[in-house]
Amino acid sequence: MTTTDIPTPSASDPLPQAKRDLLPVLLPAILALLMLPLVGSFSSWVTLTVASLAMGMMIFIMASGLTLVFGLMDVLNFGHGAFIAVGAYVATLVLLPLAAMSGADSLLTNLAVLVPAVLAAMAVSGALGVVVERVLILPVYGQHLKQILMTTGGLIVAEQALYALWGPQIIPLPLPTSLRGSFIIGDIAIAKYRLLVMLVGLVVFVGIQLTLNRTKIGLLIRAGVENREMVEALGYHVKRLFLGVFMVGSALAGLGGVMWALYREQVHASMGNELTVLIFIVVIIGGLGSVGGCFIGALLVAMVANYGGFLVPKLALVSNILLMVAILMWRPRGLYAVTSR
Amino acid sequence: MMILSGDPPRSRVLSLLLITIVVVLAITPFVFPGAKPLNVAAKICIFAALVASYDLLLGYTGTVSFAHTMFYGIGSYAVAIALYGMGPSWAAVGAGVLIGLPLAALLALVIGLFSLRVEAIFFAMITLAVASAFLVLASQLSWLTGGEDGRSFSLPELLRPGTVFIKDLFGVRINGRILTYYIILVGCAGMILALLRVVNSPFGRVLQAVRENRFRAEALGYRTVFHLTYANVLAALVAAAAGVLNAMWLRYAGPDTSLSFSIMLDILLMVVIGGMGTIYGAIIGATIFILAQNYLQALMGAASGAAADAGLPLLPNLLHPDRWLLWLGLLFVASVYFFPTGIVGRLRGAPKAAD
Repeated sequence: MTTTDIPTPSASDPLPQAKRDLLPVLLPAILALLMLPLVGSFSSWVTLTVASLAMGMMIFIMASGLTLVFGLMDVLNFGHGAFIAVGAYVATLVLLPLAAMSGADSLLTNLAVLVPAVLAAMAVSGALGVVVERVLILPVYGQHLKQILMTTGGLIVAEQALYALWGPQIIPLPLPTSLRGSFIIGDIAIAKYRLLVMLVGLVVFVGIQLTLNRTKIGLLIRAGVENREMVEALGYHVKRLFLGVFMVGSALAGLGGVMWALYREQVHASMGNELTVLIFIVVIIGGLGSVGGCFIGALLVAMVANYGGFLVPKLALVSNILLMVAILMWRPRGLYAVTSR
Repeated sequence: MMILSGDPPRSRVLSLLLITIVVVLAITPFVFPGAKPLNVAAKICIFAALVASYDLLLGYTGTVSFAHTMFYGIGSYAVAIALYGMGPSWAAVGAGVLIGLPLAALLALVIGLFSLRVEAIFFAMITLAVASAFLVLASQLSWLTGGEDGRSFSLPELLRPGTVFIKDLFGVRINGRILTYYIILVGCAGMILALLRVVNSPFGRVLQAVRENRFRAEALGYRTVFHLTYANVLAALVAAAAGVLNAMWLRYAGPDTSLSFSIMLDILLMVVIGGMGTIYGAIIGATIFILAQNYLQALMGAASGAAADAGLPLLPNLLHPDRWLLWLGLLFVASVYFFPTGIVGRLRGAPKAAD
């Protein structure tokens, strides 16, 4: 038996670097630049781009939880939209009774109601996430069909419960006074709330990325995606980790729900249902379980919606689907496929 | 046994239930006077066929599709647009059927070939997206579909309530409306029997094999994508035919009656409560659900009023007639968890894995 000459790796060798795959990252920028001549006027292009970025960040915040849950736990939660609606409704509990404070013309007073509202929304939707994971999802780990059925049933019950508690009417939710209006630079107007939304979106994105890539919990999560049994054998409570991820994902959905409700300035129980489709498209485009892909997917969906709405209003309504089909033709498993499933 | 394709109900209670349902549906025009019972009966027939066709997908192949109402809507809209555009003639009905059914089949074929290669979970998401795009299209292309208002139309002479065949049969005036009802009853019964034939054929066994273990089915030499796509096309055809009958009964097709996401959820609830993987479950599920939808509300209204009179908090809201879906949703979750084979599976008593 001849031994072939295989280079044995020594301890001092650096780990082989994963090949950088930059094209999807550049895609939103390329798309934005391509749209500049099509839109024509620079000021409306800036407005559209800012609107796209803001909308994209909000969709990302809502979708990131879903993609985390899928990536780690292999659970596709069709009831994710329920957390969005619950978050928005909880925020109205804080914002509407204190309407005087959010209507005051002072940033500090406004924030004094907005921050507790957001925190309450995240706390309630996160806590609800824990309950849902324990009650609905724990019995059906590893059974995709039942997961879809269970979580869809959960969505129905949640939506009906919201109707029962708050009534079927649309609740108006005005934006705090100091977040209204826009900054004017030359002939370009940039809405203040959109800037805030972009800031929050970036913070969430960077936060998730740093947690996943730089902390021990992130290491365990990524290891759990690769090989759950092995991580368990090393003595870590993967179940508890799963529960934590589900809670964070639900809380993020709640946060996204508040932001979306303030953006639209209204709350309705079917908003979760409506956003679910959009979020699924983003998760598919990004590649199941990939946070980075989800981020890019959200930006792309928002851009196509905004530019499309400006250029070809009729087409804009199905632009999401066209985008999804195009991306899947190019990369059948999404932009960045993380899981081997 | 021949007509049941060698797959009898296998349970005395179930047989009795099914016979009762069929007999009651058959004599409804004679024993329950008025428009509402006839409407409920027609809806039960149509939904039984629609749900049975969905069961071919969900129960027999284990794929969750959220695009089933799309095919139902294609059938409805095709016949509605044809009758609206060409006037109330049989040629228009024929044109609607001849355009609608192939269109549904073609779309099902494309979606199937495009997305059935991947995991069930992926298919569910893609169909959800496609169906929502279709709903948007239907409500936006108002020159064709009438937008949110939908399309109202008149039926051919023979099917109109004004056409009287027999003045007095057992005290009932036999008119075009009752003829339409019987066409629906017979048509839906025919489709359900055909589906029963399909699932008990060798092809149906392959579908079950794919559901249980796709990898092993593939290893046995079956081209699973072919079988899944074929099942998808068949289900779409039956759904479109049910849509045609629905539009003919309502003399109307619109987003709310044929396309909306809530109908999709209703179908899902009916399949699971009735029993996945048993065509008979569709009949039971549709009957229970539609009876609940139409008659549970009155009961809940009374209960809600009583709770309000007693001064209980929250309970009147939870029992409000519009919240009936809340309770069926809870029943749905409980049935996925506690009896995954649904009512029919329970009655048959043979435990069989559904996932």
